[in-house]
Amino acid sequence: MQRNNKRAIKKKSPSFLNDASIVSFVIIIFSLFLFYITFYFDEVPPILNRGIQPATFPKGLLIIIMSLTLILYFFSLKNPWKKQETLPKTFSYTLIILILFAIIAKTLDFFLGLSFFSFTISYLWGERRKLLLFFVTVIFPLLVFIFFETILNLRFPGGILTDLYYR
Amino acid sequence: MENFMYMLAPLFSIELFLVLFFGTLAGLILGVLPGLGPTTGGALILPFTIPLEPLSAIILLTTIYCAGTYGGAITAILINTPGTPAAAATCLDGYPLAQKGEAGRALGLATIASAFGGIFSVVILVFFAPLLAQVAYQFGQPEYFALAIFGLTMLSSIGEGTPIKNLIAAAFGILISTVGSDFMTSVDRFTFGVNILTEGIGFIPVVVGLFAISEMLVQSTLLNQTFNRVTLDALKLPTLDDVKLTWKTILRSSGIGAFIGVLPAEGGTVASLIGYSEAKRWSKNPQEFGKGSIEGITGAEAANNAATGGAMVPTLALGIPGSATTAVILTGLIVHGVRPGPSLFREQPDFLYGIFGAMLFANIIFFILGFFGAKIFARVTLIPNKLLWPMVFVLSVCGTYSLNQSLMDVWIMLAFGIIGFFMRRFGFSLVPVIIGLILGELVEGTLRQSLVIFDGNWLLFLTRPIVVTFLIFSIAALLFPYLRRAKNN
Repeated sequence: MQRNNKRAIKKKSPSFLNDASIVSFVIIIFSLFLFYITFYFDEVPPILNRGIQPATFPKGLLIIIMSLTLILYFFSLKNPWKKQETLPKTFSYTLIILILFAIIAKTLDFFLGLSFFSFTISYLWGERRKLLLFFVTVIFPLLVFIFFETILNLRFPGGILTDLYYR
Repeated sequence: MENFMYMLAPLFSIELFLVLFFGTLAGLILGVLPGLGPTTGGALILPFTIPLEPLSAIILLTTIYCAGTYGGAITAILINTPGTPAAAATCLDGYPLAQKGEAGRALGLATIASAFGGIFSVVILVFFAPLLAQVAYQFGQPEYFALAIFGLTMLSSIGEGTPIKNLIAAAFGILISTVGSDFMTSVDRFTFGVNILTEGIGFIPVVVGLFAISEMLVQSTLLNQTFNRVTLDALKLPTLDDVKLTWKTILRSSGIGAFIGVLPAEGGTVASLIGYSEAKRWSKNPQEFGKGSIEGITGAEAANNAATGGAMVPTLALGIPGSATTAVILTGLIVHGVRPGPSLFREQPDFLYGIFGAMLFANIIFFILGFFGAKIFARVTLIPNKLLWPMVFVLSVCGTYSLNQSLMDVWIMLAFGIIGFFMRRFGFSLVPVIIGLILGELVEGTLRQSLVIFDGNWLLFLTRPIVVTFLIFSIAALLFPYLRRAKNN
């Protein structure tokens, strides 16, 4: 009986950590930060400002975004948002691999980063056939590289692998 | 007559015909693959169009648009997952009919309705785009500002997301367009001291990030999902009874789709939902809807394909995209040095009617490919995500890098991929961001030029009849979703 009462109280108590309040909070904080930044934009003399100062338009937009977010939040009090399911671990791993790709592509080699990403994602998502893993890791990025390099005359950023080709 | 000959140009040039054929084929494959579709596919393919002539490049993008919209129906009918958002309404009756062992009939009807809707919309495009361009000659800066505002307010009722979330997303898109050196005064805005950001944030990194990378992240959360795939033997031509039952629906939905498509920022998704609900409203058997009604399938498919030509009308005549995919096409036009708007109709009719002709033939080609190759295209759905998405990622990264040979574009793409994932998770549609981004410069530019004309007096906007008309339409567009909800309640 006591446990049921506790559960009922827990159900009725307002939660300020729901999706709507977190999303609204993030948007408003982000907008306030950008709004603050706009005060540091250079001002131009009236003869050059073409109607309004360069900061006026972004300021107006940010005020609109914050106002709409507040309305969104108050609407959510009446009609709460559907609760989202917890994200699975594969999402977190995919995100980490995405960040690792960026680090490898920037510091070691662009195509090494792509091969690393293709292999790890494919493996993480369940691919175990060696030939197909080889295809997505080596053959496909190589085909794309050759296409962009020869047909589009594109030069990719240098790195430990790419430099071997360019030399 | 001269314009008609220009329309036939894709048939008499080997290069254009090859582009037309392979564009249609690529569009079908992209449409069939859930999560890709013509918007993401168009953005991924855009960098590959750089070596092509402008007409070939735009034909490639428009044929992908036409065929991709139809391709979504194949997946909707066979695995109950819309290949494109515009095919969502097709699932409602397509899959139940396929489950009854009539997948061939469902796909046959969808193919006929799609091709008819697409061809109907090209006719609308050929007649109405030049008329709209004529009207646009009357437009000055204030009118273009009001038109862009109307386009943005229309986003509140695009179907996905709530109206307020859509408006926030649109404002966010416009905000992105303000990053970089102010195009009027050269004052840096939101560059945070990063030199490369003074050039602004490009459209392609944002669209590829929001659509392709965010979809990849979504797929990473759905690894355990299984699809119940219905087997398909062969496509079946509709019987005379089927035609008798559906021709009115196809005609009505084609009209609805073309009209919705013409409205700025609306697109195939809204068109198919309205086409479907109107088909149900006018049907003698509304109780069949949701259980495999052929009127439901044809109503949705004719409407979403008819929206393709409709959406090209404001894109080409005014430079205002009619949908997310036409925003990609608009970027393609700009990348290839073509300025959409009324002057395009006067100065480059060969270019313009070449596009119209390509869209017409794309509908005919996907009709033929659909009938004879649907079984093969259906197999595309068997490509596992664990192989598909790493390849999409490689194409996304290389394509984005190739436009400016800038790694910053790749980082921007990845950042927008993560932003896009969380936006989708919390019910914000991504389409308004894209439309906002592409209209941002127009909105700010025309506002500031109007204020110069009006000497800073905002009230003078209200002295221009066209501006007032668009502002009234904008208010109506904002109120429409709430009035509709009140009516439904």
